[in-house]
Parts: sequence; C-alpha cells; structure tokens
Amino acid sequence: MKLQGENISFKYPSSKEYIIKDLNISLKSNEIKGIVGDSGCGKSTLCKILSGYNKSEGKITIDGIENNAKNKFNPIQLIFQHPELTMNPKWKMKDILFESWDVDSELIEEFGIQKSWLNRWPNELSGGELQRFSVLRALSPKTKFLICDEITTMLDAVTQVQIWDLVTKIAKDRNIGLLVVSHDKALVERICDDVIYFDEINQSNLKEL
Amino acid sequence: MQEKLLEVSNISISFLQYSAGLRQSNLKVISDLTLDISSGEIVAVLGSSGSGKSLLAHSILGILPSNASLSGKMTYLGKDLNQKRKEKIRGDEIALIPQSVNYLDPLMKVSNQVIGECENEEDKKSKLLKQREIFEKYGLSKEVDDMYPFQLSGGMARRVLVSTALISNPKLVIADEPTPGLDEKSVEETLNHLRQMAQDNVGVLLITHDIDAALSVADKIAIFYAGYVIEIANVEDFSGNGENLIHPYTKALYNALPQTDFKLTTGHQPLHGELPPGCPYFERCDNPTEKCSNNLPILTEISDKKVRCYRANEFKNNNVAIKEESSDELHHTDEIGSFEELNYSEKLDYIEEKDSSKEAGV
Ligand SMILES: Nc1ncnc2c1ncn2[C@@H]1O[C@H](COP(=O)(O)OP(=O)(O)OP(=O)(O)O)[C@@H](O)[C@H]1O
Ligand SMILES: Nc1ncnc2c1ncn2[C@@H]1O[C@H](COP(=O)(O)OP(=O)(O)OP(=O)(O)O)[C@@H](O)[C@H]1O
Ligand code: SF4
Ligand SMILES: [Mg+2]
Ligand SMILES: [Mg+2]
Repeated sequence: MKLQGENISFKYPSSKEYIIKDLNISLKSNEIKGIVGDSGCGKSTLCKILSGYNKSEGKITIDGIENNAKNKFNPIQLIFQHPELTMNPKWKMKDILFESWDVDSELIEEFGIQKSWLNRWPNELSGGELQRFSVLRALSPKTKFLICDEITTMLDAVTQVQIWDLVTKIAKDRNIGLLVVSHDKALVERICDDVIYFDEINQSNLKEL
Repeated sequence: MQEKLLEVSNISISFLQYSAGLRQSNLKVISDLTLDISSGEIVAVLGSSGSGKSLLAHSILGILPSNASLSGKMTYLGKDLNQKRKEKIRGDEIALIPQSVNYLDPLMKVSNQVIGECENEEDKKSKLLKQREIFEKYGLSKEVDDMYPFQLSGGMARRVLVSTALISNPKLVIADEPTPGLDEKSVEETLNHLRQMAQDNVGVLLITHDIDAALSVADKIAIFYAGYVIEIANVEDFSGNGENLIHPYTKALYNALPQTDFKLTTGHQPLHGELPPGCPYFERCDNPTEKCSNNLPILTEISDKKVRCYRANEFKNNNVAIKEESSDELHHTDEIGSFEELNYSEKLDYIEEKDSSKEAGV
C-alpha cells in the first residue's frame, strides 16, 4: 500500500501565511521514513494533516483512494508529540487505552505497562509512562500507517530502545509504514531507511510565494 | 563561597493505593534518597522512566498530590524546609520548569504567563523587557507574545515553559526535562541559560533523559532506578565504552544511546508495590551474587563516586567476567536457557542451587 500526500497547502485560520505549500510526500507499507527539521517549521502540522486531524488543500490518498476517516477506524494513526494533551483527564487509563482497540495483555506487558496503572488517571503517571500508553493505543491491528511525532522524548535510553525495537518489529510483521519525526538525528539514523529534511520538501515552495 | 543550598536526606515518598475490594496498598516510589546541591552547582539527574525524578522535583516544591506521603528531611540554606516554607519560597527563590506542557494556562497569552504577577507598572515594564529578551534569544518572534498555547509548536511550548523560570531571580532552579523535542539550537540556548545561572551562583537540578545535555553542563550526575539513587558518577565517566561507569544499569543506559550502541536490554524496572528486598536491579543484572537477592546494597563511596552495588569494586576494576566471556557459569547452561530469561524466583533457585553445589564440591 502507499500513502500519498499530494500538493498539500495549509495555513492556520489565525495565521497570515502558509506554513505548508505544495508539499508532496509518500510512505509505503513496510517503509520507515524519518523527518527532521527546525522547531516550528511545520512537522507536527504535517502529521496532523496526513492523519486527518487538520483539513488542508491537496489530497491525502491510500492507493489512490482519498482517505476519509469518518465513521470508521482511521488506518493512518498519529501518535502525538505531547501525550499529556491528548488524554482526557476525566478518563481512567483503561478507558483511554481500550477506547482505541482491544489491546492484548501480552503487548501491554511488553510495553512495560503495569496492570495497576490501568486504574489510574492520566495525571497519576510519569511522562514516559504516558508516552508508552500513547504509542500502544495507536497500534491497533487495523493500523496501516503510523505517524510518530517525537514519541520517545520522555523515555530513558534503555526504554527508548525497547519501544523502538517493539514498534519496528510490529511494523515489519504487519507491513505498517512508519513516519518518524524526531530532533534526535542519531536516533532517526538508527531506525529509518531514509531521512528527509522538512525544508527540502516544503521551503523551496514557500520561497517561491 | 559555594554554600549548601538544598540538602535532601533519606527521603521516601509513597502512595496509598486502593485496589479491588478496597484493599489498601502502599506504593513506595522513592526510597531513602539523599542528594545535595550547592549554589553555583549543576546536578543532573538521569534515570529510568518512572524512577521518581518528577516526584522528587514536586516534593522539593511542596506540590505532591494529596495522597502522597513524604518522609525524611530537607533543608534549604541550612534551615528546615517544611511544607509552609516551601509554599512561601516557591516560584520566588525556588523555580520549577515542569515536564508537562499541561502547566501552561490554555486561556492566557503566553507573554502574560511568562511575566506572571507584577507588583506595579514599573515592575511590569521591566519584566516585559526581560521576557522579550529571553524570547528573542530563543528565536520566538514578537507575534508569539500574543499567542495562546494551542498555537505553539511542541518546541515553542517547551521554550515558553523554560522562559517562565528564567524570568524570576531564583536561587535554585529545578528543571524537569527542559529539552525534549527541542532542536539543537534551542537545546544549546537552554543549556546556556542554565550555565549562566550557575555562574550567577544559582543552584540547578537538571532532570533529563538527554545525556549529552547533562554531560555538557553538569558538575555531577546522579542516576535513579526504581526510586533509588544507584550511582553518582562524574561527567568524564560517560565516555568510550562506558568502562568507567560502575553500576550495570548506568552502563546499560549509556550503551543504549543511539550515538553509542543502541543496545537492547530486556526486562523492566520492578513494580513499585513489589520492590524486591534486595538490589532493585537484581532481576536484570547479568552478574548478581547470592547476597544481592535479599539484602539491599547501600550507596557506598568508591574513590570520588558513590555506587549502590555489592560488586562495585569488582565492576570498577573490570574484574567481573561479562556476559560473553562467562558463558560457563550463569549463562546459557543447557538445562535452563539464558539466565536473563529467568524470572525473579527462578533466578533465586538457580543461584541457591549453584551455591549449594559449590559448597558440596560439585
Ligand atoms: N493551532 C494553531 N494556530 C496557529 N498557529 C499554529 C497552530 N499550531 C501551530 N501553529 C504554528 O505553526 C507553526 C508550525 O508548528 P508545528 O507544530 O507544525 O511545528 P513543528 O515543526 O512540529 O515544531 P516542533 O519541532 O517545535 O514541534 C508554528 O509557527 C506554530 O506557531
Ligand atoms: N498520583 C500517583 N499515584 C500513584 N503513583 C504515582 C502517582 N504519581 C506518580 N506515580 C508513580 O510514581 C512513579 C514515579 O513517577 P515520576 O513522575 O516521578 O517518574 P519520572 O522518573 O519523572 O519518570 P519519567 O522519566 O517517565 O518522567 C511512577 O511509576 C508513577 O506511575
Ligand atoms: S551485582 Fe548485585 S548489587 Fe550489583 S547491580 Fe547486580 S544485583 Fe545489584
Ligand atoms: Mg512538533
Ligand atoms: Mg518525569
């Protein structure tokens, strides 16, 4: 399968200028592609567009068919940069996790998540613990493309290797395509087949404006 | 000149937790923790996710949740730091850079948040100037002043959080993960701010997963695991193959970095409700001794460092045959497979069996 973003242009309602202009990007099943770029250049914005959270000009397609996430499970899953902002403080962790899919307990264990945490509220977990929930909840069997926006920034190096080991193994097993956004160049080089610089796919088009 | 600013002595933090059937259990998340910071000193805290770093920060500020209980002693400038005093000096003499971006007020423009409460018009003017200066250094343009948190990118939100602490004139800064998701420039700028503060005699506690950042500014490095300090190391020790690091967890941490080996270590930190009676790293340690399973090692001085491990001296002199070389002893014996794959009680059984067979002269 192939995920494609074609001629994506975007500006926020409150901003005067386009943040993203005529950007093209593609991601194949089984591929691991990295994106690096300065803070504020538009990486998270692009992630939200690809996964359908932001509406943009241009087209987002899977194998040529426009992805319309409404009323069904979105095959393009986004793991957000700040997990603490995406978890309803009034929900317990088990509700947050199982709302997404019926996570099996083996995987919960492999992610280093303790059963007792499922009964806690989001503010009763550490930063890295929340981040692990956030990764796991995106790994439904129906996920075809996974967009990882700085997903291990709050983990120690030992846990970081474990999580990437798991995520990349699962991706290979299930033919998932991974898009990896990170400021850690050494990390991106370790896990990605290919790394692109955000400016190279966006800035040239911006300058022409 | 360097005076002791903060002394944390033997503190423990635990949570009362209700499980099924209203059974109460006590979760100990920090145990017997001792740490001090002098003015002008930068102490970095590295460690496992969930090892109690943020809770340590919150306990110093006096903002632990109400179901947490704290024991032990803290002093600030030589005098007892009790809850009342914490409330009095936090935000003023002691500043926190929080880990969670939830600390930003979603309904307030960021410049107003950074400036905080002002005493009068003059105070406000000078703070506005200072805020612009900090933002400028951070590459946050004039438009950002009037933005609300939801309009910021991840890295911008992080920089705003850091700015909030920089604008006050604290004597002690507790920086809980000030750099995740920041690009190189912004990381460098953040570290420069911390360095500058230390030069101005401010004490800094830098909690971070970014080992490079810690190494480039810290005077000493404390490593946390499962609520314990397991090693206090020197900056120089984090180099080469990590051969100067002593505790096996610290070595694993160093070797797991993408810029070193990206090496996978299996297993997890023990559950808080089920901390083993002995060494917290026992279950994952490649070279434990019999003693390790039942008796908690204490943090012991070894030359100019401190380590919580029974075999610290051997590890220091690299006298312990590591994994590959020692395949005859604990590892890969035919009957049991790899030692690391065993669970806690299987390991115990195995060690006991081995020792008794040794005694019997087998
Ligand atoms: N909701 C919003 N309204 C207006 N502007 C926004 C909004 N969200 C983001 N922006 C702006 O869009 C730009 C790009 O933000 P984005 O979050 O995509 O950056 P990023 O590349 O992910 O940066 P970082 O590495 O810091 O996370 C920034 O200038 C930001 O201020
Ligand atoms: N309110 C609470 N009730 C019960 N347990 C809690 C509560 N708050 C935190 N904990 C637990 O205490 C432990 C230490 O948490 P803390 O936030 O200090 O970890 P940390 O070292 O900062 O981790 P990270 O690097 O992931 O941010 C965690 O396992 C966490 O789940
Ligand atoms: S040798 Fe013993 S005390 Fe040292 S880390 Fe291993 S299990 Fe712990
Ligand atoms: Mg971002
Ligand atoms: Mg934390």
